[in-house]
Amino acid sequence: MSEVKEREPWFSPKNIKLLTEPIDSKNPVTVLVLGICSALAVTVKLKPAIVMAISVTVVTAFSNLIISLIRNSIPNRIRIIVQLVVIAALVILVDQILKAYVYDVSKQLSVFVGLIITNCIIMGRLEAFALGNKPWPSFLDGIGNGLGYGLILVIVAFFRELLGSGTLFGYRVIPVEWYIKNGGFYENNGMMILPPMALITVGIIIWIQRSRNRKLIEE
Amino acid sequence: MKALRNYLNKIKPHFQKGGRFEMFHSTFDAFETFLFVPDTVTTKGSHIRDSLDLKRTMSIVIIALMPAMLFGMWNVGYQHALSIGATWSFWQTFWYGFIKVLPLIVVSYGVGLSIEFAFAQFRGHEVNEGFLVSGLLIPLIMPVDVPLWMLAIAVAFAVVIGKEVFGGTGYNVFNPALLARAFLFFAYPSHMSGDKVWIAGLTKGQGVIDGFSGATPLAKAAAYQIDQMPSAYDMFMGFIPGSVGETSTLAILIGAAILVITGIGSWKIMVSVFGGGLVAGLLFNTFAVNPYMEIPAWQHLIMGGFAFGAVFMATDPVSASQTEKGKWIYGFLVGFMALLVRVLNPAYPEGMMLSILLMNAFAPLIDYYVVEANIRRRMKRAKKVANV
Repeated sequence: MSEVKEREPWFSPKNIKLLTEPIDSKNPVTVLVLGICSALAVTVKLKPAIVMAISVTVVTAFSNLIISLIRNSIPNRIRIIVQLVVIAALVILVDQILKAYVYDVSKQLSVFVGLIITNCIIMGRLEAFALGNKPWPSFLDGIGNGLGYGLILVIVAFFRELLGSGTLFGYRVIPVEWYIKNGGFYENNGMMILPPMALITVGIIIWIQRSRNRKLIEE
Repeated sequence: MKALRNYLNKIKPHFQKGGRFEMFHSTFDAFETFLFVPDTVTTKGSHIRDSLDLKRTMSIVIIALMPAMLFGMWNVGYQHALSIGATWSFWQTFWYGFIKVLPLIVVSYGVGLSIEFAFAQFRGHEVNEGFLVSGLLIPLIMPVDVPLWMLAIAVAFAVVIGKEVFGGTGYNVFNPALLARAFLFFAYPSHMSGDKVWIAGLTKGQGVIDGFSGATPLAKAAAYQIDQMPSAYDMFMGFIPGSVGETSTLAILIGAAILVITGIGSWKIMVSVFGGGLVAGLLFNTFAVNPYMEIPAWQHLIMGGFAFGAVFMATDPVSASQTEKGKWIYGFLVGFMALLVRVLNPAYPEGMMLSILLMNAFAPLIDYYVVEANIRRRMKRAKKVANV
């Protein structure tokens, strides 16, 4: 009689780790330094950043799931193309849904929704994780990495929108009377809207993270 | 003096290991070595003993900056008097400028030094002297009317992002003072350019006489109003609107002389920056297609911040090229690029800041190739000798 293999619970500690690790110690943006380009482009305002974060999470999770399901039947030599087809199909879906329900944000994100295809995080997770693991852990890994990416995006966008435009989610946070043109003393920081400042903000996050978690510092 | 020494000796044990204020030892150290020559000497491995330490180097640069600063203060008052159509006595003029410029200097030093001290405490190393010069350079390259909180943010940005992230004084890739200015230039462009910010009180427009324009010579030249530009004599002496310390080429040249005679500043960089500017200016003259390109090449050197940048910014020993041949290349390109940005890009009226920052990024590369070329040359020589 063959031994009955014990089923791993759905949310075993190992699986929970897949979900939480990418948020801090294996963060795709600040530790693996992937997906930087879109982090610079969509973080001027908070709303597009959140929509982008959700879109990437969805695409990463489901592409991980699908590739993991068919991982044993993909010929090794054409795996990249198969992965791209899956990602592209998902991105088109996301793009159409965004256009249907949040058209204004979709317009702001413009080309960057389509460019999720080239987001290194997705391809990286497929190659590094989904091709060698079962569907459920792969799905969790995708969600975890999407959230890790989204977290950085939201932090960066928070500071860029607050300091660069004086608003959050489009609502005014810094009173209009404070501005110099209205007799006050304040002025928006125009550099925050420019891409270099996004890079510097990401850099500061990396700095803070590594001084808290010394294990991340490279030799 | 003796009493102070005794007092320091008395409180010193508290700041040493095991003392009550051990965590503030670097603050104590900074003040002690600032006031007195330190009595600790290198015990081994030092090849050259020289009294010229970092503190003295920095002090000499501060002295060299004095003419430009004092003239800048006077000029602030003079330009203000012109704008309201008044004639002031010398001391009245100087006093007005002094009152206007002093807050800039206080804010710059206050913010910068507190960050430096905080980092030194936090990291447990000595307080570096690097900010002594940057703290004075920053007010001198600001428009006099810049709001103080903006200045504070810019200084904080320059010290933290420009210097401390790289490891502090001596490790910075870019010149911190210029970084502060570049930050303000991109973050708050309306307070860093235009024809109002250069003269105290002009943004508020109180009692300004009709037809007075606060535009700098660079702005006038960029707008092709060549005939309205001030005379070369005025530009050389510095009776023009501009950033606080950059207007008077004469005062800057006095500073340059101090730097060169004491051997603190590299004369090679200074000469090659002016040379690069001159070459670019002559090129523009040859292929002139607009009035800006037609103005004499030498006039570029006394306009805007060119001289100030060449003497005090490009020569920064940390961010400039280190090799002797590299200094020539570095300086030449700084001057050349400055004119390129200035004349060909109307969005950036002053090219000196951007060109020095750009070349700061390339200085290590220049050094690398100079060193490589030297190695290759000597290898060739060695092989030749070996073959004979």
